[in-house]
Amino acid sequence: MSTTQHRPLQMPKPLAKQGGELDDRFHAAKGVRTLLRKVFPDHWTFLLGEIALYSFIILILTGIFLTLFFQPSMSEVVYHGSYTKLDGVRMSQAYASTLNISFDVRGGLLMRQIHHWAADVFLAAIICHLLRIFFTGAYRKPRETNWLIGLGMFTLGIFEGFLGYSMPDDLLSGTGVRIAEGVLLGIPVVGTYLSFFLFGGQFPGNEFVARFYIIHVLLIPGLLLALVSAHLFLMVHQKHTQMPGAGRTNNNVVGQPMYPYFAIKTGAFFFFVFGVLALLGTFAQINPIWQVGPYTPVAISAGSQPDFYMGFLEGSLRIFPNWTWDIGGHTIAWNVLIPALVILGFLFTVLGVWPFVERWATGDKSYHNVNQKPRNAPTRTGVGMAGVVFYGIMWLEGANDLIAVHLQIPLYTLTEVARYAVFIGPVIAFWITRRICIGLQRRDAAMLEHGVETGIIQQLPNGGFAEAERPVTPEEAAELIELPPPSVTEVRSDTDENGLPAPARRGLAGRVQARAHDYFVEGISLAPPANGHTNGHGTNGHGTNGHNGHGEVESGERAAIGSGPSGDRADDEA
Amino acid sequence: MRWITARRRRPLFGYAAVLLALVALGSLYAAATGLGSTGNASASSGSSSSQITEGKNLFAVSCASCHGEDAQGSSVAPSLVGAGAAAVDFQVGTGRMPLKETDAEAPRKPPVFTQSQIYAIAAYVASLGGGPAIPSDQDVSTAGASTGLGQSLFNANCAQCHNYSGAGGALTAGKYAPPLTQATSRQIYEAMLTGPEAMPVFNNTTLTPQDKRDIIAYVEQTRSEANPGGFSLGRVGPTTEGLVAWLGGIGALVLAAMWITAKRREERTGEIR
Repeated sequence: MSTTQHRPLQMPKPLAKQGGELDDRFHAAKGVRTLLRKVFPDHWTFLLGEIALYSFIILILTGIFLTLFFQPSMSEVVYHGSYTKLDGVRMSQAYASTLNISFDVRGGLLMRQIHHWAADVFLAAIICHLLRIFFTGAYRKPRETNWLIGLGMFTLGIFEGFLGYSMPDDLLSGTGVRIAEGVLLGIPVVGTYLSFFLFGGQFPGNEFVARFYIIHVLLIPGLLLALVSAHLFLMVHQKHTQMPGAGRTNNNVVGQPMYPYFAIKTGAFFFFVFGVLALLGTFAQINPIWQVGPYTPVAISAGSQPDFYMGFLEGSLRIFPNWTWDIGGHTIAWNVLIPALVILGFLFTVLGVWPFVERWATGDKSYHNVNQKPRNAPTRTGVGMAGVVFYGIMWLEGANDLIAVHLQIPLYTLTEVARYAVFIGPVIAFWITRRICIGLQRRDAAMLEHGVETGIIQQLPNGGFAEAERPVTPEEAAELIELPPPSVTEVRSDTDENGLPAPARRGLAGRVQARAHDYFVEGISLAPPANGHTNGHGTNGHGTNGHNGHGEVESGERAAIGSGPSGDRADDEA
Repeated sequence: MRWITARRRRPLFGYAAVLLALVALGSLYAAATGLGSTGNASASSGSSSSQITEGKNLFAVSCASCHGEDAQGSSVAPSLVGAGAAAVDFQVGTGRMPLKETDAEAPRKPPVFTQSQIYAIAAYVASLGGGPAIPSDQDVSTAGASTGLGQSLFNANCAQCHNYSGAGGALTAGKYAPPLTQATSRQIYEAMLTGPEAMPVFNNTTLTPQDKRDIIAYVEQTRSEANPGGFSLGRVGPTTEGLVAWLGGIGALVLAAMWITAKRREERTGEIR
């Protein structure tokens, strides 16, 4: 090919000389060259993770600025600063210094607001990125580890956000910390000890802002940086997944090289993220702690909500019935324990084990570098939408007071409805989504079989009308074709000489797996049509195909990638 | 009489009679409406009998259908005996009464009575006995009040329903704490004094008159102060912020991502290496 792919970079002489000197010492040229030629596939959803990455960078930059002025101390001061409305009010130094950042430090309010908006966008981008990965099956082998790293970062991000939100010691955040204390206290047996350990005594004590501060600016950012590095390293090493399309197989990467195309594009996107956050920080007021007032344990405000990423936990607390047990004078506070800890654990456990559950159920142990369309995995997509609805209902309930006032629905009615909807909604969502997916697959199958409706109506000689159809082009077909997962007999391959399932497969576990398998693989097999409109037979098997002329192709590690057990299977299927 | 009879055909007599009638009418009017009296306190407490009569008539027309002929209450409305003039001034002055329909909460709406009519009804209700009087201008004056103290008092006593910024909030069973954006300083004072609807009464021993003035000063300054950070987003906390982060933040960035990816350079034809 292509001349561009192997064209040496034209460097100015002085620069080349310097580069040579550097390479003499660090021997980096080879690695850098590989990196610059690294091919990245192109799709807008691949930029969702980048939004999170760039927000994180902006969080670090603005955060460093804020540490210069924030005083993580709970010692009490009487405010006499330039925000005269609060003149003479007793408050912690943390709150006073946040007022100071907002009103006296030049650019301080802007930095605070960009920092806070970046935190919100960071977590929102993580959620979008996670959903994209989930719904396209990008977590499948070999990327399960990166999925787990991502979940770890998501969890850390939530805690990091919560700690940062708590540090100004205003009435809203103090209420959040109070709830966190309640959750800690709700843990049986060790709860009170944990709470006293965290707060250095009775809530609120004089310690927690300083402790939260060091966790917020040092511990979690350090962990996040390490995990981001691991996440990106693995992404580069394992290569980015690509969307299904002509010439894209599990053995290649079709896209544009790092330099100059991808580097320029992603660099520009950084400035998009920065620009949007700067605009938000300039024009949209966020967390006006001066309106909220300093925290005092005797006060609470209506409309006390956490930031959005904690909203689903707030909602689950709000809708959960007031169940407690009293065992010999020891209270088991189910009303806090379940909504705050069990539901959080449930959500992340399901996400964490999902790739392995899916692999167990489908028996699909092959490598996947091409993403799946959501419709081509109806059960997964259905489960994902059920999760979205489950999360969404609790999330909405986190703001149930505002919904009640603004939509004029009685508060308790809303809560009561949500208590049922949180169970019924996901089931309905699962079922509807699954049916929609299968319906879309049917349409795809029809297109492969019969061609594309052109919208041109032809009158036949006998006076009748018929719509002209044209066969799908190879490019279109490549986007539609989805080889089916291995059949159930393959999954349950341990058969004895008579073809009967092995004893292990006859037990309960074996039967459960067989049922799960049937359910997971249900759907339409979108095999290439027999009439030869495409010559893409077996494309997923060995990467031999006729339309590889799109984009630049990286195939350096083809052998390694293609050595998965998928190869033979795909051939058999095709 | 003879003195009048002797002079009644004098040319000046007509003018004198008109003047006398005007003065009498003016005095009556002033007595009836409370104009010219010092402060509003006199209108409610030292009300003239004609004002009470007017109030009673208005009451009979607009209030008695629920509150009863003699304001003794009914199955749908409380007795107003002992409710006091301040309660009437608040409820009728904010348009909450007369009620349009029975609902969980009486919404604020434009008042249907003039201020003098409201004073008349207040005088009538006050005449039934007891209850707090309408606070005077001096009572509600925020001159010299401390917004800092007001902030502490507001967050300890008011924010749990009305929100830290006075934006209001939900209560149980369809009730709500209204936003404090329109209430005048007198109405805020009266509300604390009388505890309308679900609101508790903050009498002068719970919150001293000075405490009340501090709170009013805090509320008024909070609602009039600018938002240094940009658009306020309703001052209702992180919910609208989350909405903006998703729609304005992620939404805009997703559009940018689509745009930047759509701008694709022409793909090259090549072979696998």
